[in-house]
Amino acid sequence: MRAFRYHRPADVAEAVAVLAAEPQAAYLGGGTNLVDLMKLGVQRPDVLVDVTRLPLDTVEELPDGGLRIGATVRNSDLAAHPVVRRDYPVLARALLAAASGQLRNMATTGGNLLQRTRCVYFQDTGKACNKREPGSGCAALHGQNRDLAVLDWSEQCVATHPSDLAVALAALDTVVEVHGSDGARDIPIADLYRSPGTHPERETTLARGALITAVRVPPLPAARRSTYLKVRDRASFAFAAGSVAAVLDLDGDVVRDVRLAYGAVAHRPWRAYRAEEELRGRPFSPELAARAADAELAEARPLRHNGFKLPLTRAITVRALTELASS
Amino acid sequence: MSTVGQAYPRLEGREKVTGTARYAVEYPVDGVTYGWAVPSTVVRGRITRVDTTPALASPGVLAVLHHGNAPRIAPGQQPELWLLQEPLVHYRGEYVAVVVATSLEAAREGARLVRIDYDAGPHSTVLTDDHPGLYKPDHVNPSYPTDTAEGDFDAGYAAAPVRVDATYRTPAYHNNPMEPHATTAQWRDGRLLVHDSNQGASSVQATLAELFELPPESVRVVAQHVGGGFGSKGYAKAAVVLAALAARHVDRPVKLALTRQQLFGPIGYRTPTIQRVRLAADTDGRLTAICHDAISQTSTIHEFAEQTAVYTRSMYAAPHRRTTHRLARLDVPTPFWMRAPGECPGAYALESAMDELAVAVGIDPVELRIRNDTDIDPDQGQPFTSRNLVACLRDGAQRFGWAGRDPSPRARRDGRWLIGTGVAGSSYPARARPSSATATARPDGSFLVRVNATDIGTGARTAIWQVAADALGVPPERVEIRIGDSALPTAPVAGGSMGTSSWSWAVIRAAEALREKLRDGGPPTDEVTAEADTAEEVGGQPTRPRYAYGAQFVEVRVDADTGEVRLNRMLGVFAAGRVVNPTTARSQLIGGMTMGLSMALHEEGLLDERYGDWVNHDLATYHITGCADVESIEAYWLDERDDELNPAGVKGIGEIGIVGAAAAVANAVHHATGVRIRELPIRLDKLVGVSGLA
Repeated sequence: MRAFRYHRPADVAEAVAVLAAEPQAAYLGGGTNLVDLMKLGVQRPDVLVDVTRLPLDTVEELPDGGLRIGATVRNSDLAAHPVVRRDYPVLARALLAAASGQLRNMATTGGNLLQRTRCVYFQDTGKACNKREPGSGCAALHGQNRDLAVLDWSEQCVATHPSDLAVALAALDTVVEVHGSDGARDIPIADLYRSPGTHPERETTLARGALITAVRVPPLPAARRSTYLKVRDRASFAFAAGSVAAVLDLDGDVVRDVRLAYGAVAHRPWRAYRAEEELRGRPFSPELAARAADAELAEARPLRHNGFKLPLTRAITVRALTELASS
Repeated sequence: MSTVGQAYPRLEGREKVTGTARYAVEYPVDGVTYGWAVPSTVVRGRITRVDTTPALASPGVLAVLHHGNAPRIAPGQQPELWLLQEPLVHYRGEYVAVVVATSLEAAREGARLVRIDYDAGPHSTVLTDDHPGLYKPDHVNPSYPTDTAEGDFDAGYAAAPVRVDATYRTPAYHNNPMEPHATTAQWRDGRLLVHDSNQGASSVQATLAELFELPPESVRVVAQHVGGGFGSKGYAKAAVVLAALAARHVDRPVKLALTRQQLFGPIGYRTPTIQRVRLAADTDGRLTAICHDAISQTSTIHEFAEQTAVYTRSMYAAPHRRTTHRLARLDVPTPFWMRAPGECPGAYALESAMDELAVAVGIDPVELRIRNDTDIDPDQGQPFTSRNLVACLRDGAQRFGWAGRDPSPRARRDGRWLIGTGVAGSSYPARARPSSATATARPDGSFLVRVNATDIGTGARTAIWQVAADALGVPPERVEIRIGDSALPTAPVAGGSMGTSSWSWAVIRAAEALREKLRDGGPPTDEVTAEADTAEEVGGQPTRPRYAYGAQFVEVRVDADTGEVRLNRMLGVFAAGRVVNPTTARSQLIGGMTMGLSMALHEEGLLDERYGDWVNHDLATYHITGCADVESIEAYWLDERDDELNPAGVKGIGEIGIVGAAAAVANAVHHATGVRIRELPIRLDKLVGVSGLA
């Protein structure tokens, strides 16, 4: 692997400055994805800027009732946080459905959002991948694509975003706090991720060198009734074959508000706005949930090996919402 | 009191859990360097140019070996090991160069910088049942006849009132021992010392001596602790040869370990299979005709013919029987041994077909197997030395709570879960190979037993130590056992479930010879040693059908909405001769059963024909069953005595646990859902959305 320098900045400003000065530098969080990719030659930074010692490791209750989660809060700590468990069960469940105990102890909040696709072609430098090497082609489009996208893919890329946490955060309308060389700004999570389009190598709207310092989860009392349902090929330690994050707010049996997001279907955590629209204002029933999922998936374009994601996503939508409705 | 049969903890357990047990590349060596294997990036072709300049310019890189500059070796008996000798590529991932550097990272970076140009040709890497290259090999692994026939299958099948005709498919399965193939190689004064991860140091010693044209005593192979092999380390493989070549080339010690990704292919794998099974029976379920046609693949370098249908030759009786094997020679790495080669995929097909027959006849699948039991081996025509299949089925059925099972599919439901149970038979040959050993009496009253056995994590070291203590007639604390070194008396590999039978045979004979020498009984004033070599005795043993048997019971639940399959419980009962150590035996059996579960539900090598290799080549994308998938697993064994096996009375337990396990799972899935999946693995994508499931 490529030799690299290791830098531990004193504060956020220094971290951002190093990235601005070093065109091939990368931030290092828990390293659970980046270090693998460096060994494989998929990512080849020459400087690692270790942000894990920055004072970004707290979960803060905000006056408005929301939460600010520091970028270096470890997945395990966040999942165990009493306020998260009480007010945002969807978050705790998404975190605990991911990876293994050891990995969750290392992985950070910010790093989790920016992890790379697990598409096997992306992870193998011997195979064509536009995301890894723009212009080289997408071997997955007509290759082994069982795990890949059914929504919003392009001829250039059919990768999925692998995070569970990001799906839950997308359902909660989370705001991502970012520091760049031009200062701090907020990015709604819906605007953080990009569709693959013709430039799948550009995965987010973050400017080069920008550092996620925290995520802010808005107050959402209804989220106390929320869940994350993940289906995978074995009982533990596997990426999702399908997943859904759901918040359901009922007024009697009428859906007052609902938040739905899907994992494992697209290049980004997929907020299911159309399904939400179908559900809102109507008396809840499993049949309504199924219709809502169908509306969301109407534009899906399954690849050769992943047509099963449509009935699967539909089934877990119905289950998640029905469980919330009856809880 | 007999030491054999007692649950002693592993002798090296403390070393292993405290991290002091050393594996092949963990020995400290002065001046050591690191090798990195460079795989080919084309499937088939000729190397036209190797540009080593950028790699050699990279910091820390000492050398790049390739066909143009590597030390010459003799063409041995295994063409796969004639590495870096010619500019030819036979499959994608074949090792075509080695980079040696002063650090592992520098070697890896150097490997990235080696530029190789190829003249690539067209390739064929996908096995199909109508592949134009299908042919009949001369024999199947290791030396079974390719085809067999008794009676008149076609007529018997046509005449029967009940028939099953089903084709089963299994994908490529990849051995993933925790410790990869890894070697530390050192040359000193023309002699070669390797610390190597293998299943038989004597065999690796012989192979290295042949390749490097050395007398065997100039090669020493040490394999004290081995982190698993499952057959893939059954003889010398690429890593040890590349390390030895590299060490000779740079004249310094070299450590070379394959990466996880590099294990998928070049070390061997279980071939994909396409198996057609036809069964015919009368209305009482008595088999009248059995046919098993197996198709698998081999490489263009070396023929390996998985003995897939051999299981069917001896398992159940019928007057009309036929088995065939056909191979396609593809541009792929050579398939090789993986836990119960032949029996494992073959039993999946036959024991699945038996379940289909039970449904067709309307007979309980345990009872169907009991009705078709036989004391005479249908293949050899001789009585089995012992056959306790029926006893395993009955005992297992009772322990599992099989009685009263409603045979109808989809009969049990618990909320969203459809629940089903399945059974399968299991058998594996009980064999032994010649071995040698020595036993030494010391003046202090202790004993030393030496045999070049290998403990690949099974507990073999402890088992032989227990056998030795009984054979010497002393408490085990007075016995020291040494294994895992080619400087010890020559012994066969840990493979084919015949390690313990073979090694213990020689150890017992050496102990007997020593006791003969020490007639007075007391400790000698000087060390006294006795040797034994069982070649003559093993070779002279009458040919008889000797098998271990088992019965596997499984309960699964299948999510009616998502198609997820989860294992509620798995229970196996085995008749495997004498059990030397219940603790390690249980580990072997449940390990095999778990691997069968993994085969049934999780593992699958996904080949991309365009690239000619498997695209899922790490443990994140090639799923192996994890602890959370095994909610309850139990293994039992019958108290079985068979005096026609070997002096220790053992049948071998390393492989039988996997045989039949996948069929039991698949049969349970059918019982739960009414859906018969005949292509493994049974993953949710094959069940979700299937009409009628929910």
